[in-house]
Amino acid sequence: MAIECLVLGAGQEVGKSCVVVTIGGKRVMFDCGMHMGHHDSRRYPDFARVLAPGATDYTAAISCVVISHFHLDHIGALPYFTEVCGYHGPVYMTYPTKALAPLMLEDYLKVMVDHRGEEEQYSYEDILRCMKKVIPLDLKQTIQVEKDFLIRAYYAGHVLGAAMIYAKVGDAAIVYTGDYNMAPDRHLGAAQIDRLKLNLLITESTYAKTVRDSKHAREREFLKAVHKCVSGGGKVLIPAFALGRAQELCILLDDYWERMNLKIPIYFSAGLTIQANMYYKMLIGWTSQKIKNSYTVHNPFDFKHVCHFERSFINNPGPCVLFATPGMVSGGFSLEVFKKWAPSEKNLVTLPGYCVAGTIGHKLMSGKPTRIDIDKDTHIDVRCQIHQLSFSPHTDSKGIMDLTEFLSPNHVILVHGEKPQMAFLKERIESELGMQCYYPANNETVSIPITQNLKINATEKFITSCCMDETENNLQKQSPIFGSDMPEGCGTEGVAEGILLMEKSKTPKILCEDELLHSLGMEKHFVHLEPLLSSRIEEVKHTGGSAVQQGSLADSGCE
Amino acid sequence: MKLTCLDTGGDDGYYTPASHLLEMEGLRILLDCPVDLSALTAFSPVPLGASAGDAGDLIHAVPYYRSPTAVAAAKAGGLDAVLVSSATGLLGLPLLTRLPGFVNTKVYVTEVAARIGRLMMTELVEMHCEFVRCYGPGRDQAPVWMEGEKLKKLLSALQKIMPEDEGNTNLASLMPLYSLENIEECTQKVQHVKYGEEVCFNGILMLKASSSGLELGNCVWTIKGPRASMTYLPSSIFVSAHALDFDYSSLKGNDIILFSDFSSLNGMYDNCKMGEHVVDEIDGFLACDSVFRDDGIDEDENIKYLCSNDDITEEIERISFISSCITDAINSGGSVLIPIGRLGVVLLLLEHMSETLHSSNMKVPIFMISETAEEIIAFTNALPEWLCKSRQEKLFSGEALFGHVKLLKEGKLSLFPHLYSKGLLAAWKEPCIVFCPHWILRHGPAVHLLHRWRADKRCLLVLEQGVDAELTLKPFMPLAIQVLGCSFLSGIKVEKINPLLGLLKPKLVLFPEGQKSLCPAREKQPWSFLYYSKGKTVEVPNMREEFDVCLTTEAAFGLQPMQLDKTTAVARLKAKLLLSNGQYVLAAAKNQLDQSERHLLHRGTVDASHLLSALQEKGIVCSFSADADNSAPTDRERVISITSPGEAVVKMTSERTTIYCDDDAKIAEHICDALRSICNGI
Repeated sequence: MAIECLVLGAGQEVGKSCVVVTIGGKRVMFDCGMHMGHHDSRRYPDFARVLAPGATDYTAAISCVVISHFHLDHIGALPYFTEVCGYHGPVYMTYPTKALAPLMLEDYLKVMVDHRGEEEQYSYEDILRCMKKVIPLDLKQTIQVEKDFLIRAYYAGHVLGAAMIYAKVGDAAIVYTGDYNMAPDRHLGAAQIDRLKLNLLITESTYAKTVRDSKHAREREFLKAVHKCVSGGGKVLIPAFALGRAQELCILLDDYWERMNLKIPIYFSAGLTIQANMYYKMLIGWTSQKIKNSYTVHNPFDFKHVCHFERSFINNPGPCVLFATPGMVSGGFSLEVFKKWAPSEKNLVTLPGYCVAGTIGHKLMSGKPTRIDIDKDTHIDVRCQIHQLSFSPHTDSKGIMDLTEFLSPNHVILVHGEKPQMAFLKERIESELGMQCYYPANNETVSIPITQNLKINATEKFITSCCMDETENNLQKQSPIFGSDMPEGCGTEGVAEGILLMEKSKTPKILCEDELLHSLGMEKHFVHLEPLLSSRIEEVKHTGGSAVQQGSLADSGCE
Repeated sequence: MKLTCLDTGGDDGYYTPASHLLEMEGLRILLDCPVDLSALTAFSPVPLGASAGDAGDLIHAVPYYRSPTAVAAAKAGGLDAVLVSSATGLLGLPLLTRLPGFVNTKVYVTEVAARIGRLMMTELVEMHCEFVRCYGPGRDQAPVWMEGEKLKKLLSALQKIMPEDEGNTNLASLMPLYSLENIEECTQKVQHVKYGEEVCFNGILMLKASSSGLELGNCVWTIKGPRASMTYLPSSIFVSAHALDFDYSSLKGNDIILFSDFSSLNGMYDNCKMGEHVVDEIDGFLACDSVFRDDGIDEDENIKYLCSNDDITEEIERISFISSCITDAINSGGSVLIPIGRLGVVLLLLEHMSETLHSSNMKVPIFMISETAEEIIAFTNALPEWLCKSRQEKLFSGEALFGHVKLLKEGKLSLFPHLYSKGLLAAWKEPCIVFCPHWILRHGPAVHLLHRWRADKRCLLVLEQGVDAELTLKPFMPLAIQVLGCSFLSGIKVEKINPLLGLLKPKLVLFPEGQKSLCPAREKQPWSFLYYSKGKTVEVPNMREEFDVCLTTEAAFGLQPMQLDKTTAVARLKAKLLLSNGQYVLAAAKNQLDQSERHLLHRGTVDASHLLSALQEKGIVCSFSADADNSAPTDRERVISITSPGEAVVKMTSERTTIYCDDDAKIAEHICDALRSICNGI
């Protein structure tokens, strides 16, 4: 048997995450994302590859779809897959993801259709219909998808509701991490997972080579840059997606404004983010412990300094801070504001997090362009300050190594990263952790061999005898039969010995030797191993002894 | 496996659920640890100065409480774990956690039940402090009332409450309440779980909580051991208007069901009505008996029947009726006092009542006066995962989960920790509606407000039936205030028990003796009943004699099976026995040959000359030692000496073979192989 892992997206790149894993006849699709950098058929994963030749039924081909979090590169193709391709099987995601994903998808649709005039691949109704089918998951809840097939979500940090997914079919188990963060941030906790026995770990590797320093320095730098800009009368544009970075930076700014007693307005573009904050209030159980603890007094998502924003404010004089969607300046309102504000050197554009190749955000981050061409006729002179904020909610390379070492899977597959860095990380994982590591390109399959356990029975006597030996060695154990308090269980130090009885059409059974002896009419024969030397000694003794005996006999005979 | 029912609970099982001690695979597990507050009724309410009513022969002192039976059980044999199924099932735990033997005990509770439980305990202690403030602490000496007349009265009062407990009620079973420190200590012991989360206890038991539908965070436990799986089924409701529905499907296939829902016995139905029910039901069942035996479509029918909305409809009808009574009272100029402790009822009542008031265009202030009001109200709007499907939909469409969010925002609902809170006086306006503790009417704001309104016949007191109303209201007599006694669904309806069992397909059902008549065993039932009663220990038969074990492929490859006959083969297995997450695994052991002493099991005879030829066949140069006597009888020791490929000596009798060789394991292994082959041994 083997685990077949087909990477449909995010293989040696970032975007359209989609991995299809087949174990023992069950097939899970992890994530169903879209690529923000492409506007043609390459924007979606090539779903047809999961079908057998000639087949068209996706529902028969896939047992279930599990979405790790609400970012478009992880969920953007889902309405397309369920409504256009016609997949009707179960779709799982966490409660926050189910609540927040429609906001992301609708926002995306608006940007694509209203601003860029592209043809839509799915409609608003498709999004609603698709989301209706979604089965929500709670963290650590074990969901039995089918017989012998279960999934479980673990906290991943990254964004609100982000989950790492554990899937187990029979004895084979894997974890798909989605995107995760091993360090807590202003509003989310760090990723948390149990020590599981895994055949395969599929992990993101956005920062496969980068090791990040402390966050505080970067936070200070960000606040300094913003403060400097607004005190000089400039405007700060923070292009961000409605959910995630916006909330984190806002907690940071709101707190800073309070401490520094600043009166300059902070705006959220569109009602979207305000609405998002309302979701955050209900989903406070999914934020960090610190925020949860502070909740009884004051909901931390009730921002004091955030004001309502009107479109006309773009041209208003005077300083302000504006959070505008979408992130990466990939179009829509943030692009509109960027066009207006970029030409003034007083202003500041802060880019939090990763920008996909092909977006303006990416261009701004790579080098310092003075002119950006939007299309043939439009170009923008960029004179404003650019502040790059490596506030990424992704784990760094140390985090990936730590998680991999903690989980100790037999094999590792890297996705969601850039090829050269992935190659570097693969080397590290193989040499430092001694695990096999792969980083397949899109549409490649990796096959991982697995072994299966046999189900047998054991008599109480056998189990007890094994554990008795154990207790003799270790007096700390509490109960005579089973010992350790560790949830992971315990093992006998020595070797358990018994007889396996295999009868036709019965489950094999392991017994203690003496239980079997009589029922099968067998006898016991002892076999003793001794060094050769001792046989000689014995021989000598023996012969010597008999000689003495003979001697004494002879003596007596003599007398 | 053994089960001891420690307590069958009080009222209808909501405030005081049942409690059991389960002994499984050598582990002692306590199921629920409630505290029985009924002793409180024997005490006089917190004194309010001259206005106090006729407290009669009630005891004027700091109350003592009935000690949970679990305390005795914990003292007697210690406890390995405690599984708690509801917030009310947690209330007695601080009495246990302070015992010295509790240090290593683990407590498992759902996140939400733990949080609500902590709030309830805190509230209880805060209210209890009123008594202490009034009568003084005097903790160290035994209370005065413990001697003499008063004690007799208490005992007789207690016996009135719990007639089945004759003679059991003595001084030792009374104890003072715990303190805030005890609660803190208890909270730290608790391990939080989510619905559907599998946790491993002691390596051997897998525990899983599934929603029971009765209240936020209440759960049914699945306890899976290596030889049996058990469902601990406390009071459950199939379809709820606020909490996540009873997740019965996750219980399918468990071997044993411990049925611990006493709601139909202690509950709201009066006896006569209950009698009718039973008759109806049995008739109904005989008719649909055939339905059970065929699976398939009929199972769907069953599910449809179980999850029909009648539970919820009835509950909503009750709530609406209460709402209309409240509106009437307000209309007549009276205030309404609602000392109900059920969180779900309070939340639903808030929604319905405000709607009724709104539609009849009435503006009445609603107050919630409790130490924990603010936290409870804030917290209930942030737990979508624990709510019924219709409320989860509210999350997905971006609405608030409960109506109280809007009421708070509009200023219609005000929350205050105490009656004497700053701001309450300013906001206070009568008529008004007040939700406050405590339903037993001995402490908390309810006592004060009832004194204020008891003489006003326009006012309304909403009480829960099942509480001994006569005794509860005694100190407030004479009463002019209207009293509305209401009851709420607290568990599985009698008529749904059998269809549920039919769906879950257990092998054995542990059922309360007292409810035997409600669910009579019938012929051809695939499960059997074992009846338990309070204070008795029942021996539960083993479901399987044998343990399930996994054998890894690696270990299986090392086997050398021997065919005994056409259908049977045996093999010696040496492996490491591992235990993880309730599953035993036999994994390949690293070195199999390090033992100098072993033995063979064989059927054929062990004969030295056969061994010699077997060895020679393998190409080993060997012969009987020169000094050996070939004609000697077989039970004498024979010696074979081997010269090539290595040097070794084999001495052999019919019981024992000794192989002398140097560290060269190979040759020893060759000899063993040959030995096995000549005698069909393993």
